[in-house]
Amino acid sequence: MTFLQFAFYCFAAVLVFAAAGVVTVRNPVKAALFLVLAFFSAACVWITLEAEFLAIVLVLVYVGAVMVLFLFVVMMLDIDLAELRAGFARYLPVGSVVAVLLVVEIALVLARTFSPERFANPPPQAAGHSNTRELGEQLYTVYIYPFEIAAFILLVAIVAAIALTMRARQRPDAKRIDPAAQVRTRREQRLRIVQMKPQRRPGARASESPGSPESPQHPDAPQPESPSPSSPPSQSTESSPS
Amino acid sequence: MIPLSHYLALGAVLFALSVVGIFLNRKNVVILLMSIELLLLAVNINFVAFSHFLQDVAGQVFVFFILTVAAAESAIGLAILIVLFRARRTINVEELDSLKG
Repeated sequence: MTFLQFAFYCFAAVLVFAAAGVVTVRNPVKAALFLVLAFFSAACVWITLEAEFLAIVLVLVYVGAVMVLFLFVVMMLDIDLAELRAGFARYLPVGSVVAVLLVVEIALVLARTFSPERFANPPPQAAGHSNTRELGEQLYTVYIYPFEIAAFILLVAIVAAIALTMRARQRPDAKRIDPAAQVRTRREQRLRIVQMKPQRRPGARASESPGSPESPQHPDAPQPESPSPSSPPSQSTESSPS
Repeated sequence: MIPLSHYLALGAVLFALSVVGIFLNRKNVVILLMSIELLLLAVNINFVAFSHFLQDVAGQVFVFFILTVAAAESAIGLAILIVLFRARRTINVEELDSLKG
């Protein structure tokens, strides 16, 4: 038994154990932690299949993001565990029968179709082979449209998750701004153009203005406001009475 | 070396365990979502195994997309779960019968 085989069977055993823990453990937090263990073992199994990039992605995305999300949700919910566990023993025989049937059926298919004679082990990759490079070359050439659709799906998921859980207008006294009103604003509502005489600072360019070395800092009376150069076109049209 | 059938058997056992999880925890939506994640993981193991043994990287690309969709699904599912818990104060599936289905 080589080291690779030993590692595969160890990780497979841990994976099955962790999956059994996920479905049978009483506490949802422990179930989430078992799921972390299951994903980690699955990543190790994938490394034995020379799929290094996906193994890292599995650890980063699932263990790092999705499982933390699960843990947060489990902690936010105040659930009654005993009530949710009612009927656990009642469903156990049915579930076991279904599982055994499933495994037997799949095993029948596996034993006949996917024997080692028909699917021989491929030669190991060369030392300089990069699984990430290979995957990226496929992903950015052949699968570029599915890749962008996947990005869009993630965007939709972000928007949907926020839109579902955000509680807007929870407090009536909360200070909030309507973004549409901000966008709709015109220049005339914010800006006032004032006509005023040119004035000079006392020290600046004294040679050009010999007459008034001490110009007043503030003109006492600014000129009246000019009519706004571009008055908004009146939206209300005077409709002729019919 | 490890034959292909061992990887497929691992995927099958994992799939069966997740189906058992859906049967056993049919009241707890959180565990149901976790079982669905395990189902997708079992499918992904099959994809990666075939990708390795057929020397075709397309299987790994598929796993990439499955991971993307599964992450989006779990995020939206958990968001729905939060909203559901706020409205009904329970996540028991048998009490979520307001649609009278």
